[in-house]
Amino acid sequence: MASEKFQNFIDETGDIARFTGRFFKELFKPRFEFNEFFRQCFFIGYKSFPLVAITAFIMGLVITIQSRPTLVEFGAESWLPRMVSVSLIREIAPVITALICAGKIGSGIGAELGSMKVTEQIDAMEVSGTNPFKFLVVTRVITTTLMIPILAVLADAISLYGGFLGANIHGVVSWDLFWNQVFDTLAFGDVVPSIIKTYFFGFAIGIIGCYKGFNTNKGTEGVGIAANSAVVISSLLVFILDLLAVQITDILGLN
Amino acid sequence: MNTELSIQNDSNSSNTSDLVVCIRNLEKSFGENHVLKNFNFKLYKGESIVVLGKSGSGKSVLVKCIIGLLYPDAGTIQVLGKNIPDLNHDELDRIRVKVGFLFQSNALYDSMTVRENLEFPLRRHWIKMDKEEVNSLVMEALGNVGLEETIDMMPSELSGGMRKRIALARTLILKPEIILYDEPTTGLDPITSTEISNLIVDVQKKYNTSSIVISHDMNCVKIVANKIVMLVDGTNYISDTYKELQKSKDIKISSFFK
Repeated sequence: MASEKFQNFIDETGDIARFTGRFFKELFKPRFEFNEFFRQCFFIGYKSFPLVAITAFIMGLVITIQSRPTLVEFGAESWLPRMVSVSLIREIAPVITALICAGKIGSGIGAELGSMKVTEQIDAMEVSGTNPFKFLVVTRVITTTLMIPILAVLADAISLYGGFLGANIHGVVSWDLFWNQVFDTLAFGDVVPSIIKTYFFGFAIGIIGCYKGFNTNKGTEGVGIAANSAVVISSLLVFILDLLAVQITDILGLN
Repeated sequence: MNTELSIQNDSNSSNTSDLVVCIRNLEKSFGENHVLKNFNFKLYKGESIVVLGKSGSGKSVLVKCIIGLLYPDAGTIQVLGKNIPDLNHDELDRIRVKVGFLFQSNALYDSMTVRENLEFPLRRHWIKMDKEEVNSLVMEALGNVGLEETIDMMPSELSGGMRKRIALARTLILKPEIILYDEPTTGLDPITSTEISNLIVDVQKKYNTSSIVISHDMNCVKIVANKIVMLVDGTNYISDTYKELQKSKDIKISSFFK
C-alpha cells in the first residue's frame, strides 16, 4: 500500500515534469494568444487584487499589534517599524499573497480546465484547429507568473500601511518617521529576492492548476478533485520554494 | 448473422475517387479492453452512414479515431486521402478544417457568447478575413439552424435543443466536407430529436456533405441514414439500409428495431 502510494507520487511528479517541459516547448511556438492572455490578466490579476489587499492590510496590522508588547518589554519599541517591515517584505506578504492566490487562482484554473475537459470543450478546441495547450495552459501560466509578483508588491505596500496604522493604535509614530525607518531598514537583499521568489510561486500555482485541470477524469467528481488537489499541491510547493529561496539567499549572503 | 443481409460496407458501387473515409483493419484497446477489432468502413461523398451499436460498443472511440483525438493501435484511417495516424499536428489541423465534429455533449465554450463560440473555429483563418466576412459567416451558420436571435446569449441561457443547434452551427461554419455526429439526439425530447435529425438531412443536402452519425436513437437513424453499419463486439457486424435491416430476424439486429 505504502509502496503503491510512493509509486503514484513518483508517477505524478514525472507527469508534472513532462507537463512543464511541454509548457516551455509550446511557449515560443506561434501563434501567440494575446487576447486570451490579457483576458486572463484581468481575471487573475485585477479580480484577485481586493482579496490580496484586504489580507495584506490585516496581516500588516496584526503583525504590528502582536509584535509591539515583546519589543516594549525589551525597551525596543522604536524598532517596531524596522522589525515589522523586514518580516512583512521578506516573508509574510509574498508568502501570504502566494497562498491566497493558490487558493483562489489555483482552484479556479483547476476547476475551469477540469470542467472543460469533462464536457469535451478541450477536445472541441483541438478539432477546430486550435492548440488547447497553448490557448489554455500557456496563457494561464504566463499570467500567474507575471501577475502574482505584481500582487505581491502591492501587498507589500498595503501591509506596510497596515503596519503604520497598527503602530499608531497604542502609540504615536508619525507618517514620516515610520516610512523613514522602513526605508532605512530595507536593503536590496530584503526586497529583490522576495520579489524574485514570487515569480516562482506564480509559475508553480499556474502549472499545477493547469496540470490538474488538464488531466481531469472521473466526470464532475474529478473536477472537484482537480480543484482541491491544485490548491493543496500548489500551497505545498509555495512553502518548498520559499524554503529553497531562503537557503539560496543565505548561500549568496543576502540574509 | 443473417447471411442475406451481410453485405460488406466496402461493396459500395460508387467511384473510388468519391471515397472520403476509408478505414481498414482498425484496432483500438484500452488496457485489456479491446474496443475495436479489425473494423472496416467506407464512406463516399454525399453519403450519410449511421454507425449503430449498444452503449460501450466503441462507436464514440471510432469517430474520435477518425478525427485524430485518439490514435489506433493498428490499421489505417484514410480521410480525404490522408492516413490520420501518420499526420503531424499541423497536417492534422489542415484535415480537421474539412471535417466537422458535433460532440455528444455539444462542447460549447461556457465562458463565451454564441457569437464567440461560432467565431472560434475561424481563428485559424482570422488573418485572411475581415470583421464583416466573419460576421456574415456567423450569421449564415446561425441562419442554417434558425437561431439568429441568440447571437449575444451565453450557452447557459439556451435550452438543450438550442445548444445542440448552436453546436451544429459551429460545426458548419467552416463548411466541412465531412461531418461526424456523436449521438446528436441523446438527451433530447422526441420532437426536438426529430427536428435535429431533419436539420442534419437539410445540412447534408444544402452543403453536399458526407456524414457519419453515431446513434442508437432509431427515430434519428430512420431519418438520416442512407446506410447503417452495425457495430457489435468492436467489429462491423452488418451493413445495409434501414428498410432491409428492419426485416432481419437476427436478434442482435432486430432488438434495435423493436
